[in-house]
Amino acid sequence: MDVFRGLKAFFWQDKGFLLGSVLGLAAATALGLVYPLLLRVLIDDMIVPGEFDGLVALALLAVGIVVLKAGCQYVHGFSGGRLGNRLAYRLRNASYEKLQVLPFSFYDSARTGDLMSRLTADIEGIRNFIGFGFAQLMNTAFLVLFGFTMMAIIDWPLMLMTLAIIPVLSYVAIRFELHIHPVFRSIRAAVGRLTVSVQENIMGVRTVKSFASEKHEMNKFKGGNENYRDNHLALAAVWAKYFPVIEFIANLSVVLLLLAGGIRVIHGSLTLGSLVSLNGMLGMIVAPLWTLGFQINNYTQSKAAGERLLELLHQPVTIRSADRALELKDDNVQGHVQFEDVSFRYPNHEHQPSALLGFNLDVPPGSVIGLLGGTGSGKSTVVQLLLRAYDVGEGAITLDGVDIRHIELESLRRQTAIVFQESFLFSTTIRENIAYGQADASEEAIIEAAKLSQAHEFIMELPLGYDTIVGERGMGLSGGQKQRIAIARALLLKPKILILDDSTSALDMETEHVIQQSLRKVMAGRTTFIIAHRISSLRHADEIVVLDRGRVVQRGKHEQLLRQPGLYRETYRAQYADRPDELDAAAAGERRVSG
Amino acid sequence: MSRKFQYQDDDLIEKSFNWKQMARLFTYIKPYRTEVNRVVFVMTAFGMLTKLAIPFLISMAIDRAIQPREGDPNQGLLYGIMAGMLVLYALRWWAQRYTILKTNEIGQKVIYDLRTALFKHIQGLSFRFFDKRPAGSVLVRVTNDVNSLQDLFTNGVVNSVIDIAQLLGIIVILLCLQFKLGLAVMITVPLMFVVSASLRKRIRFAWQTVRIKQSRINSHLNESIQGIRVTQAFAQEKENIGFFDGMNRSNIRSWNFASALNQLFGPVIEITSAAGTLILLLYGTHLIQSGAMTVGVLVAFITYVSYFWEPITRLGQMYSQLLISMSSAERIFEYMDEKPAVGEKPGAVDLPDVRGHVRFENVEFGYEADRPALRGIDLDIEPGMTVALVGHTGSGKSTIVNLLCRFYDTVKGRVLIDGIDVRDAKLDSLRSQIGIVLQDTFIFSGTIRDNIRYGRPDATDAEVEAAARSVRAHDFISQLPDGYDTEVQERGSALSMGQRQLLSFARALLADPRILILDEATASIDTETELRIQEALGTLLADRTSFIVAHRLSTIRHADLIVVLDHGVIVEQGNHDQLMKLPGGHYRGLIEAQYRFLSA
Repeated sequence: MDVFRGLKAFFWQDKGFLLGSVLGLAAATALGLVYPLLLRVLIDDMIVPGEFDGLVALALLAVGIVVLKAGCQYVHGFSGGRLGNRLAYRLRNASYEKLQVLPFSFYDSARTGDLMSRLTADIEGIRNFIGFGFAQLMNTAFLVLFGFTMMAIIDWPLMLMTLAIIPVLSYVAIRFELHIHPVFRSIRAAVGRLTVSVQENIMGVRTVKSFASEKHEMNKFKGGNENYRDNHLALAAVWAKYFPVIEFIANLSVVLLLLAGGIRVIHGSLTLGSLVSLNGMLGMIVAPLWTLGFQINNYTQSKAAGERLLELLHQPVTIRSADRALELKDDNVQGHVQFEDVSFRYPNHEHQPSALLGFNLDVPPGSVIGLLGGTGSGKSTVVQLLLRAYDVGEGAITLDGVDIRHIELESLRRQTAIVFQESFLFSTTIRENIAYGQADASEEAIIEAAKLSQAHEFIMELPLGYDTIVGERGMGLSGGQKQRIAIARALLLKPKILILDDSTSALDMETEHVIQQSLRKVMAGRTTFIIAHRISSLRHADEIVVLDRGRVVQRGKHEQLLRQPGLYRETYRAQYADRPDELDAAAAGERRVSG
Repeated sequence: MSRKFQYQDDDLIEKSFNWKQMARLFTYIKPYRTEVNRVVFVMTAFGMLTKLAIPFLISMAIDRAIQPREGDPNQGLLYGIMAGMLVLYALRWWAQRYTILKTNEIGQKVIYDLRTALFKHIQGLSFRFFDKRPAGSVLVRVTNDVNSLQDLFTNGVVNSVIDIAQLLGIIVILLCLQFKLGLAVMITVPLMFVVSASLRKRIRFAWQTVRIKQSRINSHLNESIQGIRVTQAFAQEKENIGFFDGMNRSNIRSWNFASALNQLFGPVIEITSAAGTLILLLYGTHLIQSGAMTVGVLVAFITYVSYFWEPITRLGQMYSQLLISMSSAERIFEYMDEKPAVGEKPGAVDLPDVRGHVRFENVEFGYEADRPALRGIDLDIEPGMTVALVGHTGSGKSTIVNLLCRFYDTVKGRVLIDGIDVRDAKLDSLRSQIGIVLQDTFIFSGTIRDNIRYGRPDATDAEVEAAARSVRAHDFISQLPDGYDTEVQERGSALSMGQRQLLSFARALLADPRILILDEATASIDTETELRIQEALGTLLADRTSFIVAHRLSTIRHADLIVVLDHGVIVEQGNHDQLMKLPGGHYRGLIEAQYRFLSA
């Protein structure tokens, strides 16, 4: 019950509804039990003796009870629905808020599918249990208790006889649940497998078709499809095994009751009406009993769901603004960034070497820093630390002399804009995507940003222009087009610090060149970090830092680095080894001219 | 009016159902007709009849054995009747077991067939089909839409038949037992139908609205998790929380409405049925009083009337389900009716082992009718040549290779491989001899080994390793925790872009195609890998006709033939030295520009 105590904050303010749900159902059940009693009166006191005086009153009473019962049932349904819905609303909002503030390190190890199922299926499970399941569980208990009490009042030996059915039925029902539970789990796995087999096939359709491996894919799919079918058949088999047995046991109890009761009536120790009403009550008690397994399952499932949800809600937010943090004002920020002896190791990767070790960098306002290095060299780490996606392990990063950990987080991030390696666009219009960081941006500003990133032209060629909906379910854009929109999104903010994390890889050189030239204008007086693999992207940086396994191996300007043996020169050679002689001289001449 | 996020919704299903669609759906059940008939027979004969006979037996037990109106109670008869009931219950046990097993078997088979047919059909569709549709919406049809027909085929069809039979059975029995009372009680049936139908319709619409809003929420959650880094970097957390609250609130509002309506169903039906109870009690006792009926029959009546509800409610649910199923069926059939744009000719031949002689004869092509992507393309490529395709984005480079693989058909002209028109060859034999390395390497979930083996599933482990070594992928693979057996997947994979690229090189090399196409394959690779790839390319290109679509000079320079495209037309062709000699030429311009970017 700890779980539900943990969730109390989300539903306790609606305890009126909780009460309504439980009491409504209990009252409806109690009224339902009155109905067989009325039958007894009808048979024993009216039909058998032949005295029909109170008949109309009895019939009206029966109808009244039905109506009242319906009313109580509605109270239960309505309250349960409201209770569950309000709970779901609060839980969903709370989880979403949590997701928004959890740090990058959380997302490094989290899987989207898992988080999604917590926010959908798990909340659904809790909603159902607290709204209805709890009341139903209570009700089953009430029903058994009241039902057998009433049967005992009518005739206790017969009650005792039928009572024997309870343990048998419960035993079978619980076994049923134990048996069916793993099948449900493997069905979920089968659905997942089927989905993956289809999903990969569709997303990788170009690869599939170009290798002409449709047959192989068909087999893979067949495996998934068969697995899905067989698991559902296994479910049906469990169902077929238990369901008819449970019904048979319940029916058996009816036969026993009628047999024993019938003999008693014949011998005159029981009235006919009592037998009929006992029979009616038994039917009512047995009905919910066989769902006992489901109800218990419902409880354990929702408990597990609650645990998963609470785990998410209790995740520590490691990156947050300090108390009395400095709030940056746009006008006062110079953009002077310093890395002072920074070391960093990724959380959850304690056994691996540091991602960054003793890193020093002084970035005066308005300068351009180029970062070069292989996978895992630490170049992306540098910029992510600056964003405070993670906190440094040792050393400090300062902005205009203030440690960024002392700056209010939101105001820090508003001064920076980053274009990630993988350009993620949201499902909305291109306009909204560009204005993502600044919802109130004017049309002119949006178009200007798009022009700077060389995106305006292709956007205008789309049928709906800036109103084209993109993102996962929208219009398919090429990698280069997405990158240009992502660049426009960053440029719109006119950030003090711009970070391009390998964000021009899908562009052809000419487009990249034009973007770089416009950047130089826009970013005059502002600070830029460029991570790239192409020498042409880094060429103009004020300082180029070459990283290898978290350490700086070379630093300097393009010309200086070309003169040194090392990774930079090797890369240059790989990209320009075949540089034709006739252009070499010309280029050298130009370089002298441009200084 | 623009919104921060926009999601496409499914339509509300307004129309009643489409018989034609229904008939088409039933063609899938046809192969199992005899099985369906058998189940319906078993369930009606043993399941339903036993159920209907029981109340009758009970009434007999009361009227003849326990408390007969005339004569003494008959204990022997009571034993007999109870024994009979037990036998009927045992029969019912067996019949139910049989029905559950069989209906599910039939249903799952139908679903399996339908899904296979749909998937097979989609597999045969051309790129044009996939160009127009996001992967997610295709996926949903093969999975969710087919699944939603599951209920219809497993329980729906059989149960509806049984329910209708049960309803008729009850009516007949009631009329036989006591004609007048039966008629009187049945007055309430139309009332029940009307109330139930009108309420159902409202409930259905309400839930549909909820579902649409819920799927919007799910879409948003999904993308907000995937795009969380962008959100945090742009400090949009508060704005998003506000947006989500609005979404959530609106969803809950619809949910409250739907659930309140839904909860109304049971009570309203019960109150309606109270009318029946009232008639039953008043008129029933009157009949007993006048001696026209016995107590046992009254008890039987009470039981039968309570059985009435089950089939009526179920049929109502079934109808709602049917409407939802129909919209799924509609979406499935829409795909089934798509014709592949690139089809195999009836007399298509297997392309013999390709030498690699490729010819384009006056080829014209456009993705859209009025916008030609290629015009007047003539190319003659000798076996073993390396051809570089150069030009700006949109100049038609990729289109040329798409036509060679016959992902699309030419509008005019022909593409020949070793003198055979690609349209006369079987698609399988054509494409299996062409290998493509794409810009985005697609990694299938499975091991690294499986991924390399993708184009040739029967390759041995040694061959896989040899291929990986030749393209310099072996080093990084052997450093992975499980080497070649490391599990990878499309998302969340630990491989860098460059590593993926090397994998796809190994994949292509192992498949050993006669014609190889590298489509911008070296664009996003980090510096370390870059050096390796340069070496790997040499191995990859040897001894086969290859086409390279690339921006990078270093990969283009050594090509035997460089084809320069501009707006769908070949403007220059020749080797590097020849093209560099053309003053003011396109190629020379491109090369000069590249160096200018470097030094400007």
